[in-house]
Amino acid sequence: METTVANTGTEGKTWGGGNQPLKVTYGKMMMWFFIVSDALTFSGFLAAYGFSRFKFIDSWPIADEVFNHFPFLHGVNAPMYYVALMTFILIFSSVTMVLAVDAGHHMKQKKVIIYMFLTIIGGAIFVGSQAWEWKNFIKGEYGAIETKGGQILQFVDTNGHRVALHDIAIIDTHKNRMQHERKNGVWYDKEDALPSYTVDEIKAGFAKRNDLLIRTQILTEEGEKTILSREESLRRINTDAVGIVEGANLIHNEYGTPLFANFFFFITGFHGFHVFSGVVINIIIFFNVIIGTYERRKNYEMVEKVGLYWHFVDLVWVFVFTFFYLV
Amino acid sequence: MAHDMAHHESNTKRIWYVFFLLSVITIVEVGFGIWKPDFMKATFISMKWLNWFFIILTLVKAYYITWAFMHMEGETKGLRRAVVWTAIFLICYLMFILLTEGDYIYEVFKAGHKSWDF
Repeated sequence: METTVANTGTEGKTWGGGNQPLKVTYGKMMMWFFIVSDALTFSGFLAAYGFSRFKFIDSWPIADEVFNHFPFLHGVNAPMYYVALMTFILIFSSVTMVLAVDAGHHMKQKKVIIYMFLTIIGGAIFVGSQAWEWKNFIKGEYGAIETKGGQILQFVDTNGHRVALHDIAIIDTHKNRMQHERKNGVWYDKEDALPSYTVDEIKAGFAKRNDLLIRTQILTEEGEKTILSREESLRRINTDAVGIVEGANLIHNEYGTPLFANFFFFITGFHGFHVFSGVVINIIIFFNVIIGTYERRKNYEMVEKVGLYWHFVDLVWVFVFTFFYLV
Repeated sequence: MAHDMAHHESNTKRIWYVFFLLSVITIVEVGFGIWKPDFMKATFISMKWLNWFFIILTLVKAYYITWAFMHMEGETKGLRRAVVWTAIFLICYLMFILLTEGDYIYEVFKAGHKSWDF
């Protein structure tokens, strides 16, 4: 494939630059080396995640409890099914990509167009799904109590089923107060959004209901979270509780250690950004295919190069899927 | 260009085969992730067998994506090693260092010299 670079007069001169030891074009080789460096970036993130996880090996959130939503099945506990579907969609878009590359080798413009189109659709669905996962994660489900030491205490009934904050709280209307914003307080001062309940409201509700217990972050031998006895639960909530956590952000996380949320946002966010840019590049190449650029160039190597990038994005997801959802 | 196209016989069959394989592996992974069999809960080098199983299947998937989809099998030995060996060796090193260090900090926390569960 000598088409992309003009002949330089060195052809056949082994020691004069006319030799191609790796037998690939400049563009493809550089795409490979970019992929290597990007792979090392992702490994750095995943290794850092592994570090934090080994550091908190007996108190890490359980992924099955965090990612258990499925579209249109509200309230159904469906661990991992949706992320498995997302993985499947991304692998399938990889397949259509490689089919596009294959069609390109045979100069079949129509087929390349169809397959590129399917690839773009698959990528778009994946990014959308990722956004939906983020939404669920940020919103949270049951809510929890945070202690002085930043530990998370969750509520369960005697059967071990999770109980949400709104089922516990006894609302004290006298203590309701407005969020302090710039527009209604001192103009240079404001505070974060207030949680739906105060710690005292939860404490009051918890004391009234004898069937409630507290579940800590610490994992038992069986890999489940420790459930405290009623006395221990009461002692814990009355001495340690300082705040309410609903959902997750970079500082608080109702599912457990905030590091889990930080790594989740950062790694899936960085990957999602790759998918997004992959979709954009795919769209550009897609239009180039439609207007016949590569027909005139008489080779579809650009499709191959963007294909390499797209497969790499899929490759990274395979690892992210394993380390965030399975392991 | 002409000579180049000659050895690009269509390998759609292989593509679909690899897709089938990757799908099956993903389904098996999810199945085991939900099932979590008891016999795989024993640990080996400070990790559950189940987790080793997932990681090995992931590496199998990675192999097929790189070799079949990214067509690494068709590249020269030189390019293949430049890409794969560089990544593999650096990642193994990084993993070893960071996971060992993470485990060390876990032990320090557990020893109770620093109170953190309050």
